[in-house]
Amino acid sequence: MDLTLKIWRQENAAAKGRFETYKVTNISPDCSFLEMLDILNQQMIENQITLPVCFDNDCREGICGMCGLYINGRPHGPDKGVTTCQLHMRKFKNGDTIVIEPWRARPFPVIKDLVVDRSAFDKIIEAGGYISVSTGGVPDANSIPVPKKKADVAMDAAACIGCGACVASCKNASAMLFVSAKVSHFANLPQGKVEAKERVKNMVAKMDELGFGNCTNTGACEAECPKEISISHIARMNREFFAAKIL
Amino acid sequence: MSNVFTFSIGRKLIMSLMGLFLCAFLLVHLGINLLLIFCDTTEPFNIAANFMASNVVIKVFEIGLFGGILLHIIYAVILTIKNWFARTVGYKVGNNQQTSFFSKYMVHTASIIGIFLILHLMDFYVKAKFLGGATSVTYEDGKTFHDLGALVIARFHIGWVVMVYIVALLGLGFHLIHGFQSAFQTIGLNHPVYTPIIKGLGLFYSVVVAAGFMAIPIVVYFFK
Repeated sequence: MDLTLKIWRQENAAAKGRFETYKVTNISPDCSFLEMLDILNQQMIENQITLPVCFDNDCREGICGMCGLYINGRPHGPDKGVTTCQLHMRKFKNGDTIVIEPWRARPFPVIKDLVVDRSAFDKIIEAGGYISVSTGGVPDANSIPVPKKKADVAMDAAACIGCGACVASCKNASAMLFVSAKVSHFANLPQGKVEAKERVKNMVAKMDELGFGNCTNTGACEAECPKEISISHIARMNREFFAAKIL
Repeated sequence: MSNVFTFSIGRKLIMSLMGLFLCAFLLVHLGINLLLIFCDTTEPFNIAANFMASNVVIKVFEIGLFGGILLHIIYAVILTIKNWFARTVGYKVGNNQQTSFFSKYMVHTASIIGIFLILHLMDFYVKAKFLGGATSVTYEDGKTFHDLGALVIARFHIGWVVMVYIVALLGLGFHLIHGFQSAFQTIGLNHPVYTPIIKGLGLFYSVVVAAGFMAIPIVVYFFK
């Protein structure tokens, strides 16, 4: 496959960025998207054209949440329910032009090229995305009764890898799907329930403080989430928030 | 509780509750207005309209209604400005296909409704209440009413007014299709069984309200 890539290049956080056009040739359709970028970078290094393109990645098997590119107007590209590293070039056609941008949100400033600083998510987790009560050692199986339905909801929420695609896809750059996944994950389990009220108040307060936008229930986040987390978690977060604040 | 409305979710709650309150108002408004086209004379409409203008309980609701509209607008403006600030650098290729059509244009439809609301209030509410624009009519039982029906019918015989109403009501319909179901999601009511029902109900409600209100200027223009 021969492709034209329009990639956002930005030297550092303070620099003004621009789009640069590159051509890659002979790309296998079985290549992953990140491998295609590796090939591009290899060419750049060998031919000493320009500095290689910086992009975040780590596990390359869709579980770490590090990779995240805004490809042709969609976070993690055109495939559904996958991260950028799980996207394959067979989803594109020979001769395609692919526009690659970093996540765009004020709380996610660009550090270099396609790499953004997502420590805003860490700050939200620090505000309450954990359990601080002592839960003892590993309990025997089934010693803590958790209804199957609740366990399933908690597990679905826990699938969030914190990649930030929800913020990237949201027209308001809202982080509510991410925050709600964490709130919902803990609120459904007995160990997390005891601190549920404090957690939701603190995490929502931190989310607001960091300058994320407000959800308008468009559902773009759940459509783009590589873990297909449902916006029903946002409704649950809202319920938890009202219960904590008003009741 | 005191500071709940300084939070994103608290502000959203105000918007959704006021939105649903306005949805309920629209049904009452529509019910009374339909008297104009379903009855041969304007008498039933005039009696209903005068009741709405004079009843004490309704007057309290009227204050609530204007308050509700104001709160809905104020919080919408606050949240929208915050949303714009959340993404100061946009994308080269916008994401356009992954959300419902109506959810993307809430600000635009809201602006249409907002401008229309001013025109609409000037047309009837202000004219009848403060400018003495409505003549008096006396019915057989000897009671005298403001002839609001005549005011409406005269207004809807002007072609461009009818066009403005149709465009504005389309905007209202589009706003409601997303707004109705969105309000329930914000309040926290999301359920695998009931949410699809709420969405269906919202679509039905939006079509009924928009089509019902649109029918009035159209029927008046052509048949009254």
